[in-house]
Amino acid sequence: MNPQITYKPSEEVDFVIVGSGAAGGVLAKELSTAGFKVVVLEQGRWIDPSDFSHDEITITNEFQLTNNPRQQPQAFRRTPQDKAQKQFAVIYGRLVGGGSVHFTGNFWRFHEIDFVERSRRGTIAGTGFADWPLTYADLEPYYTKVEWEIGISGLAGASPFDPPRSKPYPLPPMPVKSSGVLFERAAWKLGLHPFPAPLAILSQPYRGRAGCIHCGRCEAFGCEVGAKTSSLASVIPVAQQTGRCEIRTESYVHRVEINQQGRATGVAYFDAHRQPQFQKARAVIVSANGAETARLMLLSRSPSFPQGLANSSGMVGKHLMINGYTEVFATFDEPLNEFKSVTDTRVLHDFYEMDPKLGFYGGGGIDARFGYPPIGFALGALPPDAPRWGKAYKNWLASYSRTMLLASHATSLPLETNSISLDPELKDAWGLPAMCVTYKDHPDDLNTVRYLRDRSIEILQAAKAPKVWAAPVQEQSIAVHLLGTCRMGNDPKTSVINSDHRAHDVPNLFLCDGSSFVTSGRGQPTMTIQALAFRAADRIAAAARRGEV
Amino acid sequence: MKGNSENDLNRRRFLSAGIRGAGGAWVSLHWPAIMAAAQHAAHMREAVPPAKLEVLTAEQAAEIEAAACRIIPTDDTPGARDAGVIYFIDRALATFAQESRADYEKGLLVLQARTREMFPGTQKFSQATPEQQDAVLKALEGQPIFELILTQTVMGFLADPARGGNRGEVAWKLTGFDDSPAFAPPFGYYDRDYPGWKPPEEK
Ligand SMILES: Cc1cc2nc3c(=O)[nH]c(=O)nc-3n(C[C@H](O)[C@H](O)[C@H](O)COP(=O)(O)OP(=O)(O)OC[C@H]3O[C@@H](n4cnc5c(N)ncnc54)[C@H](O)[C@@H]3O)c2cc1C
Repeated sequence: MNPQITYKPSEEVDFVIVGSGAAGGVLAKELSTAGFKVVVLEQGRWIDPSDFSHDEITITNEFQLTNNPRQQPQAFRRTPQDKAQKQFAVIYGRLVGGGSVHFTGNFWRFHEIDFVERSRRGTIAGTGFADWPLTYADLEPYYTKVEWEIGISGLAGASPFDPPRSKPYPLPPMPVKSSGVLFERAAWKLGLHPFPAPLAILSQPYRGRAGCIHCGRCEAFGCEVGAKTSSLASVIPVAQQTGRCEIRTESYVHRVEINQQGRATGVAYFDAHRQPQFQKARAVIVSANGAETARLMLLSRSPSFPQGLANSSGMVGKHLMINGYTEVFATFDEPLNEFKSVTDTRVLHDFYEMDPKLGFYGGGGIDARFGYPPIGFALGALPPDAPRWGKAYKNWLASYSRTMLLASHATSLPLETNSISLDPELKDAWGLPAMCVTYKDHPDDLNTVRYLRDRSIEILQAAKAPKVWAAPVQEQSIAVHLLGTCRMGNDPKTSVINSDHRAHDVPNLFLCDGSSFVTSGRGQPTMTIQALAFRAADRIAAAARRGEV
Repeated sequence: MKGNSENDLNRRRFLSAGIRGAGGAWVSLHWPAIMAAAQHAAHMREAVPPAKLEVLTAEQAAEIEAAACRIIPTDDTPGARDAGVIYFIDRALATFAQESRADYEKGLLVLQARTREMFPGTQKFSQATPEQQDAVLKALEGQPIFELILTQTVMGFLADPARGGNRGEVAWKLTGFDDSPAFAPPFGYYDRDYPGWKPPEEK
């Protein structure tokens, strides 16, 4: 842990921030550098980057970086009519830096359409499709700020579909991989427009941090050299250096407390020894992610907020969106060695806005990668007709270095029935109600993914891959993008927070992370989460200076 | 604690394999990170655990290993036995997969019962011929014991050798995987002659 100030919980600080992830880290840095006293409560540990493991089992079976379902179990059901079963449904980073530590680093700005889909497209029956209370133009300066503050690699102008930008990327794109070359050439043949992937990974040393040395452990692993622009590597050290920000780890917040006047007074949490503590603060910011922020609001119900805190609209936990996803695989004759370097180096956005004549609403992006470490490949990524064991299976294992895939990320329509709620029976290791995830993809979401899968097959065939196979398109039951559960909006009856992230119901409570999203974008949400966090920090700091917090 | 000589050895190994072909400018630009990664790799490289059983009895181990050897057989390249998969499984049962112990207790009885039923007179799975073993495993596909042995055999074959299997990195050699902590482009066959990013109309 870096040297930092420590506060007593009884001292009323300016801001307590719940969660140190993609959004929480940015808010901590911005508010502490603006002169405010800040305590960040993070349920996970501080893991020194030198202890990040390259071992697959440490990551997937020992949960070094993510939430552990043995301690914090979850329940899942398809529809509100079903009885939920105990099932691991939501994966997020549970350490200082949150999901920004283990994420893959794909870093797409939203496009203009993402903020105004409802007015452009019209209503879609049965969905909570809505416009955002802000536009791309409002957020553009903050997208640029994210890129320059934390260090993003990419090539401005390379995609004809890119929205306008006020500045180029601070760093050149990463060197292309074999998957990128094969994808690029085939896509061009088909008249498509592949471009160098924008990535939250430093292609060169930047602001005292090391550039990427291509170890190949981006997706799901932590970066021990600090080239991945996690909050842990980028903004949190700056916050600590102000001498005004404390990152307090192993502090699991279970309640935001409200006084008679309806104002937040601080948060109750369990410390590392599972002892109850209370941190006082003038204002509370929750950045615990699209699943845990909603859960915390529901856990904080009280006589004045019987449905959960800040939930007079009934929208807390609703409209969970997780982005559609599918993979199409191919093997080639020569080694690609996709296990080296960043996960993907080429993307295309030709299908970002699909033709309405297709008869369904959606859009997405396709990138070229492989992304499976050896065990993941051997247990989960062989063609359905491949043998599962024996000599022929072993021959398949030998194709590892010759395999790649095209990954499609896509829209999820906001549905009130897709939600985070409290499970009535299941409890976590602290005795708190576990989260229940209800999720069923909208038929349009599945059609969108099917469409992208078919385009991916065409591209790999154009690349002359000797063998191509596709994972079946099916309803999803595991989520890594957690969006929309405390949506922003101008109308307190249909949204939880306003465009400054202030809860409509509680004047000194702010919610800022993936939960703030109104629509899902096309599948790489973290850039927008961090742009929103930079913007929220500006708005919150200005309000605090005016005495309006 | 690791001796300096081992650190140096790791560093040399890493420098030769990992960034083979890197240009001087690239190496000097990234030198601090490369050295940090080399140290990290040395610090992470745990001693390979000794080949001994802590959880499984010799008899249980023989049954599981016999099945593992049919799942990933030895042919012209090493298989599960050469990789020491059984030591990975034993260590898994002592660490992250403790809840599988009871599943083996129960499941191995199922494996033996099915062997006796299909091949009367053969008491144990490990005493059956390879062809008989394949037949028994085929009959048990989808059953918990088969799926457990399959999963843990594959894991043990391909995991980091520090977990007890994949001895001599035999599985990584088979797959072409390389765990060096740094690489430089070109990474594979198809990015060798890449001329640099240029959209088609400029060509
Ligand atoms: C394998 C994987 C790959 C991904 N790749 C990409 C990608 O390429 N591009 C992309 O855009 N996104 C990617 N994502 C998603 C990305 O990780 C998230 O979008 C992002 O981290 C969300 O940011 P956030 O601020 O909303 O929450 P988080 O980053 O999840 O931060 C929330 C933090 O709050 C803490 N917390 C939660 N509850 C409490 C509590 N009650 N008390 C105290 N602390 C609490 C958590 O421990 C966590 O540290 C990926 C995710 C996964 C799992």
